[in-house]
Amino acid sequence: MMRDQKLWTWHLAAGVVILFLLGMHMTVMHLNVTVPLKGLNPAGGHPIDWANVVARGKSAFFMVTYVVLLGAALFHGLYGFRNILFELNPASWLKKAVSMVLLLCGLALFVYGTWAAIAGFSLAKAM
Amino acid sequence: MIESKGHPNRLGLWGWFGGGRWGVERYLYTLHRLTGLGLLTYFLLHILVTSSRALGQASWEWAMGTVSGPLFKFGEYLVFVAFAFHAINGIRLGINELGFGVGPPIEPVYPYRTSLDFQRPLVVGVLLLAAIIVVMGTLNFWVLD
Repeated sequence: MMRDQKLWTWHLAAGVVILFLLGMHMTVMHLNVTVPLKGLNPAGGHPIDWANVVARGKSAFFMVTYVVLLGAALFHGLYGFRNILFELNPASWLKKAVSMVLLLCGLALFVYGTWAAIAGFSLAKAM
Repeated sequence: MIESKGHPNRLGLWGWFGGGRWGVERYLYTLHRLTGLGLLTYFLLHILVTSSRALGQASWEWAMGTVSGPLFKFGEYLVFVAFAFHAINGIRLGINELGFGVGPPIEPVYPYRTSLDFQRPLVVGVLLLAAIIVVMGTLNFWVLD
């Protein structure tokens, strides 16, 4: 399998992961009244109320799924963006530069987001 | 080895919006890309804003207060709508990518049929499903919440 085929296959696989995890995230955060999942907003009120954030934050399941979603969404989004840019037929050197910038941005955001997820989990567990 | 120079993308970004007698699928392609870019932009900012959770309640509430108000709420609603469309249309694209829902290969005998004849019911189903999710979100955002 050629490199681009592999990356495209990963792009589709990441899309499936995002479909489930972001679907769950959107249901918890934005369909909290039409599809009430009481256990995931135990304090009642709005899903972004600090008490609810801490309650979800104590769950290792949420911490792990945040990191998986972060990685899948960064790859899916940045690879899709790269494809859109490449369709504009940039010069070869520019393609390499774009790939490198997107890779570094993606890695930096993944590291930062993973730190935030783990630190948030530790903070919630300590409360 | 001769390197393929590919086909020049002469229309560029304008090709997303017009340039031929295209069916609805072509405009779904454009919408899929626009919603994808919008979701990516939001997601990158979302990582930065929600990371404030790691620094405690005061930091979280300050961050949430910064992105509150009618304008941000409307922006968040647009993100939800974009998600509903992009996710459900993405399922359709995945199904077609795997060769399902495009009809069997047939001889090109007049009157010609295109695979779009087979794909169209899936398009309609996808748009209906996305619309149902958008209605649920609209109720949640603006009526019930």
